[in-house]
Amino acid sequence: MIPGVDGFMYPNEVELQWSLLIVLYPYITGLVAGAFILASLERVFKVDAVRPTYRLALLTALAFLLVAPLPLQLHLGHPERSFEMYLTPHRSSAMAMFGFVYLWYLTVVLLVEVWLEYRADIVRLSKTTSGFKRLVYKILTLGSDNVSPAALRIDDKVGYAVTVIGIPSAFLLHGYVGFIFGSIKANPWWSTPLMPVVFLFSAMVSGIAAVMVLYMASMKLRKTPIDMSCVDTIGKYLFYTFIIDFTLEMLDLIHRTYESDESFRSLDFMVHTRLWFSQVILQIILGTLVPLLLLAAAQFLKLAAGVRRSIYAVACLLTLVGIFAMRWNVVIGGQLFSKSFLGYTTYKVQFAAREGLLPALGLMILPFVIFVVLVKLLPPWGEQPGHASASGD
Amino acid sequence: MRDIFRNAGHLIRPAVVLLAALGLFILGRGIFIPKTFGQYGHYDAASLDRIRQRPISYAGQDACVMCHDDQAKVRASGPHAHVACEACHGPQQAHAGADDPSAHKPVLPDTAVLCKRCHEKDAAKPKSFPQVVSAEHSGGAACNVCHTPHNPLRMKP
Ligand code: HEC
Ligand code: HEC
Ligand code: HEC
Ligand code: HEC
Repeated sequence: MIPGVDGFMYPNEVELQWSLLIVLYPYITGLVAGAFILASLERVFKVDAVRPTYRLALLTALAFLLVAPLPLQLHLGHPERSFEMYLTPHRSSAMAMFGFVYLWYLTVVLLVEVWLEYRADIVRLSKTTSGFKRLVYKILTLGSDNVSPAALRIDDKVGYAVTVIGIPSAFLLHGYVGFIFGSIKANPWWSTPLMPVVFLFSAMVSGIAAVMVLYMASMKLRKTPIDMSCVDTIGKYLFYTFIIDFTLEMLDLIHRTYESDESFRSLDFMVHTRLWFSQVILQIILGTLVPLLLLAAAQFLKLAAGVRRSIYAVACLLTLVGIFAMRWNVVIGGQLFSKSFLGYTTYKVQFAAREGLLPALGLMILPFVIFVVLVKLLPPWGEQPGHASASGD
Repeated sequence: MRDIFRNAGHLIRPAVVLLAALGLFILGRGIFIPKTFGQYGHYDAASLDRIRQRPISYAGQDACVMCHDDQAKVRASGPHAHVACEACHGPQQAHAGADDPSAHKPVLPDTAVLCKRCHEKDAAKPKSFPQVVSAEHSGGAACNVCHTPHNPLRMKP
């Protein structure tokens, strides 16, 4: 009798190989892709109402992107060897290719876009600050202080182009994460071509919710009034994206149920037992249906601004929990059942271990620390010259 | 035209930074990728030699049998005939390969943990494989209280 195992389990399935950290990894990249796509909305589709969150969303994406590979590094026994993946990538390895997607997205898309967006501020700050800060800003200007209207107009055009390239890149970044799971043909819980699409939409949902929470929280901290038309618009987008996401997940579910292939009974049993809480209660009811109802209420009922704000805050926090539960159910759920479809194992999270709860909490706090540093360095509020004025002419 | 050039001039700078990073990467590839990489396949051929040079851990049971004829005979007469010595005793090249093996005497395995590793009841094992629920079968007692490890069907008196 092996503790935690029910029924027939092959010996190599008893212990889970992909831990809590591997749950964090798609969660964090999802937040990146989602935040960036929200930022692009303002930029490419010219949705002026969400303008106050544009820079915030960029910084959120950057903060989380810097942390995204860390859970993977911690998961490895020899993290230094992951570097070899870049040196001698194998074309048949999705993971190796991802390294390049990540680098492309980080350097060519996000850093360039942030730089272009903030250039005017950086140049200004490099002249008004002193000491070490001045040095940092001086380096960030890359030695050019040309912020003439003509130069800024060019920046705006180039920034637009980068964003246009950035949208498919963000799709690629997170679609790829779904691909890693969706392409594992030995695992019926993962192996579906819908996986990248579902991951992408859930990424957008979580990213939008995260930016909304960060926006409302920072406005509270700075004692600045929340721009209601901004949160209303974001709430609307969140609502629609969420509906698409939920529909896709239900489509997947209906498809599986109707198809009822040889794995179905086993997976169905798993959802009704080991995953009942995390999948049905957390992910579907608390993490999807409740926020959807709340968002719908904010959309269709005439509620006071204060009520809407609370609704958005609660809905977004629940959404973030729900999407985390979704990642958990995919990653952990996919390893709880035996490929013989006759047995189930258990996953017990360790605490102060390399892949335990403690490092996971640390990794979840780290992006917020980076975010605060970025906000200090590149203030996202204020008059914001840049392309708002340039595109206004 | 010159105007555009002057006002777009600063865009060259991030491009230069990115290209420099790319250059560094290509340079790094030249430095870090071993010369023997790809000689036989998508790996470093020299790693074969490196692996060969690592100290041997397992002696293989032919070595054990040479000196421990008694145990080998007992084992051959029982159901563990095809269980290698080092499957239970662990890697013993340090003992078997030593000039004076008695100076590197192996620690004897603790049967309270050793036997369970193979014989604990597990639904995933073939039904024909002998398995016991150790808590019920021995009540926590070490297995060699009753069984002789080298021939477990021979019970101790
Ligand atoms: C060159 C001869 C030689 C070889 C080969 C050899 N041994 Fe030994 N072994 C000895 C001697 C000598 C002793 C010490 C006997 C003593 O001191 O009672 C010993 C003792 C042992 C002991 C008993 C330790 C104890 O506390 O009583 C074990 C167990 C053992 N060997 C296992 C092995 C295994 C397993 C192998 C094969 C990997 C092996 N030996 C190969 C010579 C050898
Ligand atoms: C099933 C596991 C198992 C296998 C296989 C096994 N041993 Fe042992 N051996 C033990 C245990 C356990 C002891 C500890 C003594 C005891 O509990 O009776 C032991 C003790 C010994 C001893 C110490 C003297 C003695 O007899 O108690 C020697 C020497 C030894 N083994 C050699 C060998 C050699 C050589 C082989 C391979 C031919 C071998 N063993 C195979 C489990 C095993
Ligand atoms: C490395 C795995 C391994 C270890 C460790 C091991 N055994 Fe075995 N044991 C086997 C194998 C293999 C068989 C033969 C099974 C077969 O015949 O199908 C066996 C057979 C047996 C049998 C015979 C059962 C029967 O009815 O035929 C007994 C009893 C037994 N072992 C007891 C023990 C004890 C006691 C220990 C601890 C000293 C032990 N085993 C350690 C692998 C192991
Ligand atoms: C109190 C004495 C005693 C102890 C201690 C003991 N056994 Fe046994 N074991 C027996 C007897 C007697 C038999 C043979 C009769 C039987 O099948 O019940 C046996 C049979 C077995 C068999 C064969 C079962 C089968 O279905 O073929 C295995 C395997 C086994 N024991 C493993 C162990 C292991 C592992 C331990 C240590 C955790 C252990 N025994 C401890 C007395 C003991």
